[in-house]
Amino acid sequence: MVSLYARLAWTWTRAAAAYPASFALMTVLGIITTTLDVAVILIVFANTTTLAGFSRDEVLFLYGAAGVSFALCDLLVSNIDRVSQHIKAGTFDTFLIRPVSSWLQLTTDRFNPNRLGRVLQAVLVLGYAVAVLDLEGRRLWMIPVMVVTGFVIFAALWTLVGAAQFLLTDAPELGNAFTYGGQQLTQYPLAVYARDLVKGVTYVLPMAFVNWQPGLYVLGRDDPFGTPEFMRFLGPAAALALVLAAGLAWRQGIRHYRSTGS
Amino acid sequence: MFGVLRAYILIALWQARPGLAGYDIADAITYCFVTQAFIAPMQLFGGGLAIPERIRSGDIALDLVRPAPLQAWSFAEDVGRASYLFLVRGIPPMLVGAAVFGVVVPGDPGRWAAFMAGFALAVVVSFGWRYLIALSVCWLIDDRGVAVLSMVLTTFFSGMMLPLHIFPGWLADVARSLPWAAMVQLPTDLYLGKAAVMETLAFQAFWATVLLVLGALATRAIRHKVVIQGG
Amino acid sequence: MIELDRAGRSFKVRRSLVHAVRDLSFTIAPGEFVGYLGPNGAGKSTTIKMLCGILTPTSGTVRVAGLEPSRRRTTLARRIGVVFGQRTTLWWDLPLADSFELIRHLYKVDRNTFRTRLDELTTTLDLGSFIRTPVRQLSLGQRMRGDLAAALLHAPDVLVLDEPTIGLDVVSKAGIRDFLKRLNAERGTTVLLTTHDLGDIERLCRRVMLIDHGQLAFDGTLGDLMATAPDQSDIEEVVSRLYTGSGTA
Repeated sequence: MVSLYARLAWTWTRAAAAYPASFALMTVLGIITTTLDVAVILIVFANTTTLAGFSRDEVLFLYGAAGVSFALCDLLVSNIDRVSQHIKAGTFDTFLIRPVSSWLQLTTDRFNPNRLGRVLQAVLVLGYAVAVLDLEGRRLWMIPVMVVTGFVIFAALWTLVGAAQFLLTDAPELGNAFTYGGQQLTQYPLAVYARDLVKGVTYVLPMAFVNWQPGLYVLGRDDPFGTPEFMRFLGPAAALALVLAAGLAWRQGIRHYRSTGS
Repeated sequence: MFGVLRAYILIALWQARPGLAGYDIADAITYCFVTQAFIAPMQLFGGGLAIPERIRSGDIALDLVRPAPLQAWSFAEDVGRASYLFLVRGIPPMLVGAAVFGVVVPGDPGRWAAFMAGFALAVVVSFGWRYLIALSVCWLIDDRGVAVLSMVLTTFFSGMMLPLHIFPGWLADVARSLPWAAMVQLPTDLYLGKAAVMETLAFQAFWATVLLVLGALATRAIRHKVVIQGG
Repeated sequence: MIELDRAGRSFKVRRSLVHAVRDLSFTIAPGEFVGYLGPNGAGKSTTIKMLCGILTPTSGTVRVAGLEPSRRRTTLARRIGVVFGQRTTLWWDLPLADSFELIRHLYKVDRNTFRTRLDELTTTLDLGSFIRTPVRQLSLGQRMRGDLAAALLHAPDVLVLDEPTIGLDVVSKAGIRDFLKRLNAERGTTVLLTTHDLGDIERLCRRVMLIDHGQLAFDGTLGDLMATAPDQSDIEEVVSRLYTGSGTA
């Protein structure tokens, strides 16, 4: 499956490489757009030393970790949110006549390598934060785990939103509240949000496990909302549960697909 | 949804720094939802005009020979859309903000009048800017770059992401004198009663005029180009 | 090879149930070449989409190559080739050759077999002159030949064609028809073809099925079809009479 993914992605990359100037421009602009969010964090901390009890470098750490997860998902999976576009254009049928899972075909469809720039930007921010924060060595193993967990959670979330488009063909932008909303939510320590909202994104939609819970472990801090220590390690389980839900939703979506035309 | 998340960040900041930029927490929350309400009517993420599509398809030649000038006609269309979007996409975020956090509602009719005038001028400035961006397609092969750049400049320098008053030092001064400030920061300050009314309106009118004049010049240039190249 | 037993598919349209296909039963044996006729909206495309597993039947059963399409869609895909005349299954922005290469990977065709088949198809469908051209720049006739090649690279046992000659000029049509005829005769590929062009039927199909209002209105040889209206010699007339006949029934 991975090799097939790479093969499909490579074909689109080659197609994109036919227009090198446009490719370079879009890569740079992608980096600039995401850097705006960093600029906002820096401006906020030009006015204060702590935000909800977190320092600038701690916030950059949380931002960077979620940023890498999100940018990887944006690069590798986010094309799944074009379901309704394909249904409306009548091109969705094509994915269903191939001997490969429709999910794999959709995520690679028009694979866009210039989003790699955003991954790079987030890696730099994360790298900076890890370098300047005085982190305990025995906690560092969690960083790769949280980045992968975060990626899987975002990917599952994206798939759920894609699956929902089989029903909500005319309102695909409703899903943005969850996908891009999830991105925005995870850019800051959850300590800034209200308790009920944080409960929701911990126990219902497990966005808290993208960077918040495991991040608290890496930073060696207690949860201001007082959740117990073992919650820091539940990320992979939460991701797995969300993946199962997304897989089921996707299958149901395909079964309820009603094609178009006569 | 996005407005709510943004509001929490502003609340956290104002809890750490009460009275920052002359706003109290209620003002900061109100700022967040008023600016959220501006997104759709002013098309702050870009677009909204049909011109780039018409240039690519070549239909622009037809638009240029109509009796109504292209700029005036696009403007009328944009104002119509802005009024509609103000009602359907502007009011709901305010109601959400009022329901979740409570927002400041001015009781003084004078302040409402100042805000409505400021908002109207902001729509003109927003149109003037987007019109220039739309016409630039005529001189470019790949217009996505300009579109993204415009979005970055607009969202950042208008005060859409954070109030311009809290930008550090010289950056705040620069940002406050650019046309984007006239789109979001200034009308919001009028709403909150934090700006001198006449000066603010004059500043907005200045940028509206500059952008519209530039737009008229650009229209002349594009007509020249289309006529010379035979459409 | 293809078996439908009281298969039906209904859609909910504004709270009322519309039956696109109702109680449809037929069997197609390996190696047959069958024409599938019907007026617009009769249920032809719905049938075809059920055969490929794109649509799940709401009643009855469908079997293609011994498999239930909607449950075993990806397995079946290796044994069935599909061409939609109205829209391409190729990648719009990629050159034809890249599309074929992608298909090779999707269907896991090994390199040598692929090369042999592609060479053969390039010759018989005369693809050589435009194989490096992006699909969006191809003429309709070229695109259709490309689509046919794409549907056959994995050497399917069944080929399903939904209006393959729609919008083509006389020469392109003749070329496609010759190709299909040889494919069926030489390789024994089972072919099911929907069309509005009765010339396709006359030149290609030994058996004709006619669907109207989601139900089978006629199933027999071309000769049987003509015999339903002994006073007529023109196939267009015969078919239009059948359409209106079942339409008023």
